[in-house]
Amino acid sequence: MKPKSVAVVGAAETTKMGKIPDVSVLGLHADAALNAMKDAGLKPSDIDGVATAGVSPVELAHYLGITPTYADGTRVGGCSFMLHVRHAAAAINAGLCKTVLITHGESGRSRVGAGGFGRNATSLMGQFEMPYGVTSPPTMFTIPVLRYMKTYGVTEEDLAMVAVVQREWAALNPRSSFKDPITVDDVLNSPMIAWPFRMLMCCLVTDGGGALILTSADRAKDFPNKPVFVLGTGESVETPMVSQMEDFNTSKAFRVSGKKAFEEAGIKHADVDHLMIYDAFAHLPLYGLEDLGFVKPGEAKDFVRERNTAIGGKLPMNTNGGGLSYMHSGMYGMYALMESVRQMRGTAAAQVDGAKISVCQGVGGMFAAAGTVIFGNEA
Amino acid sequence: MARMLPEPTPETRHFWEGCKDGELRLQRCTECTHSYFPPRAFCPKCGSRDVEVYAASGKGFLYSYVINHRPRPDMGTEPHSIAVVELDEGPRMMTNIVGCPQTPEALQLDMKVQVKFEKQTDDISLPLFEPAKG
Repeated sequence: MKPKSVAVVGAAETTKMGKIPDVSVLGLHADAALNAMKDAGLKPSDIDGVATAGVSPVELAHYLGITPTYADGTRVGGCSFMLHVRHAAAAINAGLCKTVLITHGESGRSRVGAGGFGRNATSLMGQFEMPYGVTSPPTMFTIPVLRYMKTYGVTEEDLAMVAVVQREWAALNPRSSFKDPITVDDVLNSPMIAWPFRMLMCCLVTDGGGALILTSADRAKDFPNKPVFVLGTGESVETPMVSQMEDFNTSKAFRVSGKKAFEEAGIKHADVDHLMIYDAFAHLPLYGLEDLGFVKPGEAKDFVRERNTAIGGKLPMNTNGGGLSYMHSGMYGMYALMESVRQMRGTAAAQVDGAKISVCQGVGGMFAAAGTVIFGNEA
Repeated sequence: MARMLPEPTPETRHFWEGCKDGELRLQRCTECTHSYFPPRAFCPKCGSRDVEVYAASGKGFLYSYVINHRPRPDMGTEPHSIAVVELDEGPRMMTNIVGCPQTPEALQLDMKVQVKFEKQTDDISLPLFEPAKG
């Protein structure tokens, strides 16, 4: 895509966040969508493109009373929304539609209208992973990390430090689920989930949602909020089975997606003021920092320990507190996008002064997929 | 509550029949010689349909793992390993390491392991791995 040809003109999370026992999954999508439309000064009749994951774009469009000429139901896990942004930008540029609504809603904690987890014993995962007890993120996403730790000399303390730094950011965010400071010892003394992962190295399970509205850059100036331009995007997928990752020390999907986005945006790493890396577990920001090229392989642990990603550091990362401390409903990617947009608007709770470029990296499944969106706030 | 068991498909049946017969069966491409897993009717490296099933050595090393501590009634009452083994023939596969304490001290990365088939039903035996003997 051409950089800055498409902009975010509406962005909002659900009215409530965390524990929302009185709203269903579909209701969370709608709540976020209505908030984003209000933010953009639009009505459902102004929307002609829809994209979502979790519910189908058919359910979403009909529920909200939208008659779209563009519908995207890409569902590759928590980074689906990054891919939706990418596809929407292409669709707007191609003239398929003018104004795209992207929604997310999930009742991860309360499980209201959430349906069950399907298990297909004939799938490749069902045959070759699930029989060994691999059925949920804590026993899937965690599988590669001991190899990564051995290769680069990463310690449990290094993993714990990721959670400690993110909690510092969360303390600045009134909507964070957890705000109290934690130490490396607190993390290492929290209950064992799946060696080497302790509870405080794993994400929250909460309820919430968010929605984005995109349109062409030439229309963006007519909206009430400062437009946030899409500079570049990337996506890729690798494997549905974590055991079949090409290399446990690095995510191929991260590398391919990130490279594409940086090339499209035409920026250098030194240009980046703010970074979001989907943190379902504490090792993901380490993989992300390396696979996106911010540091060399094996250097992420030192980069975090030396507080480069912390408050006052040169690369503020996961400034909302992340999936580890802010919120994580299941498909966290939308919340990472929301924080990037807030930082570019200058409205974040932990605002990075003068930030002009934000990189937002999502992961889907267990290193199965990746999506990257690079935002900027200068036309 | 029993552990979830695989339901073979036409493309994977040879693997599960092999496990039942005490043989770890992989596939390789007769054109480019690439060995691969999980089973499929073509080579994932070059796309050739000329592939063959062969009996692997059942030997490999421990590539990575976790020790699950969350309650899993289907997996027994104690913490248990969920591991990826790299086979001597090249492919990696998910498994459990058995026959040793389920501790970080006993489960050392790169340790040699060998397959041990564990019968679940008349149709399904799972390929688990234990520390290599001798």
